[in-house]
Amino acid sequence: MGFLDRFLKAPSWGVHPEDHKRPAADVPLRMFPSPERVFMPLSQHVGGAARPIVLVGQKVLKGQLIAEAQGNISAPIHAPVSGTISAVGEVTAPHPSGLPFKAITIESDGQDRWIETDPLADPFSAAPEEVARRSALAGVVGLGGATFPSAVKFALGKRLKVGTLIVNGGECEPYLSSDDRIMRDFPEQVVDGARIVMHAIGASEALVGIEDNKPEAIAAMRQAAAPYPEVKIRPVPARYPMGSDKQLIQTLTGKEVPSDARAAEVGVLVHNVSTCAAVHKAIRLGHPLVERIVTLNGGAIATPGNVYAPLGTMISDLLAFVGLKEAPSRLILGGPMMGTPLLHDRIPIVKGASGILAFDAAEAFVPEAGPCIRCGNCTKACPMGLLPLEMAARIRVGDLEGAEAYALQDCISCGCCAYVCPSHIPLVQYFSHAKGELTNAERTKLRTDATKRLAEAKAARIERENREKAEAAARRKAEREAAKAAATPAATPVAEQTQGASA
Amino acid sequence: MSQAYGIAVAAPHTTTTNSPTRIMTLVMLALAPATLYGFWLYGWPAFFLWAITIGAAMLGEAFCLRLLNRRAVPVLMDGSAILTGWLLAVSLPPWAPWWIGVFGGMFATTLGKQAFGGLGQNLYNPAMVARVALLISFPVQMTAWVAPLPMFSAGAPGLVDGLLIILKGVPHAYDAVTSATTLGFAKTELSRGVNLLESLQHAPALSFIGSRPGSLGETAAWLILAGGVAMMFMRIITWHIPLAMLAGIAIPAAILHAVDPSRYLEMGAHVLSGGAMLGAFFIATDYVTSPNSPRGQLIFGFGCGVFTYIIRTWAGYPEGVAFAVLLMNSMTPIIDTYFKPRIYGRDRKGNPLQTTN
Amino acid sequence: MLMSVGSLAAMGLALGSVLGVASRYLAVEENPIEAELQAMLPGSQCGQCGYVGCAQAAAALAKGEAPVTLCPPGGKATAEALAAKLGVKVDLSNVSDSGPQIAEVTEEICIGCCRCMKVCPTDAIIGAAKQIHNVIREACTGCSSCVDVCPTEALGMAPIPVTLQHWTWPKPASAHN
Repeated sequence: MGFLDRFLKAPSWGVHPEDHKRPAADVPLRMFPSPERVFMPLSQHVGGAARPIVLVGQKVLKGQLIAEAQGNISAPIHAPVSGTISAVGEVTAPHPSGLPFKAITIESDGQDRWIETDPLADPFSAAPEEVARRSALAGVVGLGGATFPSAVKFALGKRLKVGTLIVNGGECEPYLSSDDRIMRDFPEQVVDGARIVMHAIGASEALVGIEDNKPEAIAAMRQAAAPYPEVKIRPVPARYPMGSDKQLIQTLTGKEVPSDARAAEVGVLVHNVSTCAAVHKAIRLGHPLVERIVTLNGGAIATPGNVYAPLGTMISDLLAFVGLKEAPSRLILGGPMMGTPLLHDRIPIVKGASGILAFDAAEAFVPEAGPCIRCGNCTKACPMGLLPLEMAARIRVGDLEGAEAYALQDCISCGCCAYVCPSHIPLVQYFSHAKGELTNAERTKLRTDATKRLAEAKAARIERENREKAEAAARRKAEREAAKAAATPAATPVAEQTQGASA
Repeated sequence: MSQAYGIAVAAPHTTTTNSPTRIMTLVMLALAPATLYGFWLYGWPAFFLWAITIGAAMLGEAFCLRLLNRRAVPVLMDGSAILTGWLLAVSLPPWAPWWIGVFGGMFATTLGKQAFGGLGQNLYNPAMVARVALLISFPVQMTAWVAPLPMFSAGAPGLVDGLLIILKGVPHAYDAVTSATTLGFAKTELSRGVNLLESLQHAPALSFIGSRPGSLGETAAWLILAGGVAMMFMRIITWHIPLAMLAGIAIPAAILHAVDPSRYLEMGAHVLSGGAMLGAFFIATDYVTSPNSPRGQLIFGFGCGVFTYIIRTWAGYPEGVAFAVLLMNSMTPIIDTYFKPRIYGRDRKGNPLQTTN
Repeated sequence: MLMSVGSLAAMGLALGSVLGVASRYLAVEENPIEAELQAMLPGSQCGQCGYVGCAQAAAALAKGEAPVTLCPPGGKATAEALAAKLGVKVDLSNVSDSGPQIAEVTEEICIGCCRCMKVCPTDAIIGAAKQIHNVIREACTGCSSCVDVCPTEALGMAPIPVTLQHWTWPKPASAHN
């Protein structure tokens, strides 16, 4: 059906919401003055939380290692300010549940003294493994929001012989412009970082995908990449979710990542522009990841724009820095399509915090959900080709396995379907709920299996103990008998004779 | 300056300004030119029948909602009951008695839609369900077509007379107006043994402009087409179902007419008459009862067209759109099961793609 | 008229006998439902349901002798799953679903008598004579046998704390259709 497929090619996937990026994107980058106190979470990445190696009262320098990576998929945490460790406790996590997680509190001494750095003079003559090792030690993780430890990705790319590095300058979410800013202001860092990553994974070319609603960034990157023909700048159409790695890979290379494979298995690796800049800093300057650019935007912000802030800064401090026109009606970490709703503003900035949105009442308005009219707009918009209306209909009646049969696990939760739904049905919430319930059910099943084995093991142990006791008792009895028999061995024949004689 | 925001609201935190009300309103706007033209062609009685049918549809929906203890007005505001009534009205004979409109309108929304669970839950197109129920229950009234008698022309009934015609029946003064549709005429003559080449010379002239007997929705074919194309530009419908349905009617018609012109009407006649245009653009494209994927929609549309042709040519009724649409509606779930869009990263069967690296 | 009555009667007889034969020779075998029911139960053989072990409880459920609400540690989730499997309606309003619970030792009161260790079906309690005991969370099934035997009431049931990893989005409230 190949010819028919081309003839029947579905309309373009995705949606094109109003951008809302300007004027915030055009405002020059502001430096956040060193905060009095930072709360550095131990879990700012995919994988195991880092383990603290400092004690309360210890003095630390900026960039000093304060928590070590734990396990293969993990990343270390470094002090974003110089000062004194005041606590190793808990702080509210940037999570819709409002539950807490562990964080190290550092009282800043206001001096911002760096550790003694150990830059790598010529990364391109060093072994690729050395570049990966230093990136790992610097705590570099995916800054597009996924926060996957970059060094692990480098190793994967090298092992699978990835030939193309895709540098993701898409930033398709409305309101956000931190990647835009870093490309406009520090394009050499991005390009250098990209070339270092290419060396670390053994790629021969880098394709930098930038949405065409960022002409200044495209121009700046083109200029910075001009001396390096292997770094190619590729503008792509602005359409959400162009920055999603599967969609970007398909747009830039035409390749499609199979649903059970990773991008590396089709010969590409995707890294965000900010991640490349962080790699540059880690390798060339020896600076671990302790700061990032955060976009502060939304109707409730007085002076929206991008702010370069240390990690661990409280969101309330950032909001005070840019000023609030009114009390926000909603606070979001990330963009409006996939961002995490925050329950309050006493939450620290983490490595994956690309933006904070403070919505006013109009922006935060949630229309009432109506019944599904089966218009199919969600199917047309879904970038993964799923059928959101069918999945939601099944989840609504509790048929989670039925929803899974419609490839629920392939859903990337981009939000396109819920965005276009004329009845404003919270489709992504249905899918998140279902995925969570299915994961919990599997976890429960694993637990039940494990406890069954424990119960069987205990029963076996009791049986074995009883058996051993019985055997031991029998042995002791036999020994006693033997001892008794042995106690009168000489007497026996005499006794016999005596008995026999007397009998 | 810490502030609490209550319960977390799930992403996405922004949404389109579209709504079911907006969609229904645009469809009604697309249908309006043909309807107004129909009012002019058939006079005041057509207007009153249209109003009564829509009113009855809304009444039926409100009645069901009250039974469910729900407030009726917010639900009626989504416009779907009005649209159902409107689509039914434009498929009725323009001078049908008032109780046809009432019965049909109420049947459409109560048993055709609310009984299944309301908006989005029905298996069959409510307007067509009602039309078929009327057709088999009251065949005489449902096939009593009239020739056009334009409003304000000599002999056309005025406002009050028009209302009385609908309420009390067509008085003898208008006997000359009753007429058969082209399809009906051709079928009757064929069953009498008169072949088409002769009978069509006396048949009511087929006019693309619409000056011929028929329902409100079938006469102004070009206005319906314009409305349909407008809906495609507004991205309310896609081209798949209309094109497939018209092809499903036109292709067999063209083939069989070429084989034997004396027994089979030509392609143009089929496409322009009956509810073919209305069915293709406004009825078969109903969201709830048609498949979700483009390939499924093509099959659905083609099936509607072919069934329409089969029923018109060989079955007992001169008009087949309503039956064809209902038959294909019952196939929609199975079409949806077997014709799903291809998922990114998987092949057509749903298995993960094989890596070529 | 006789023709029509006769032909319809004959068809009815013929088709009816076809159905009867089919119900005998094409009947679907009974599923081995007991094993499936047993898999749904927690499997800690705690005995709170009144049966000796989970296998016996599953047998009773399959025969229809036991109600689906028989398993307290399983709570609402187990009752619902059993009801769905057996195709019965269940009134869950009386099922005390305090949610999954695990045992907790109040260390100040524990005297180290080891009685709880002996009754725990999954060996989830660690400790030794005259040493404070503690519960390994991952191994505890919430059967509460230990709570009953503790002489100082140092053991109690507490809900499993929700963590970031276990939290899920609730299902959205659906609009009226």
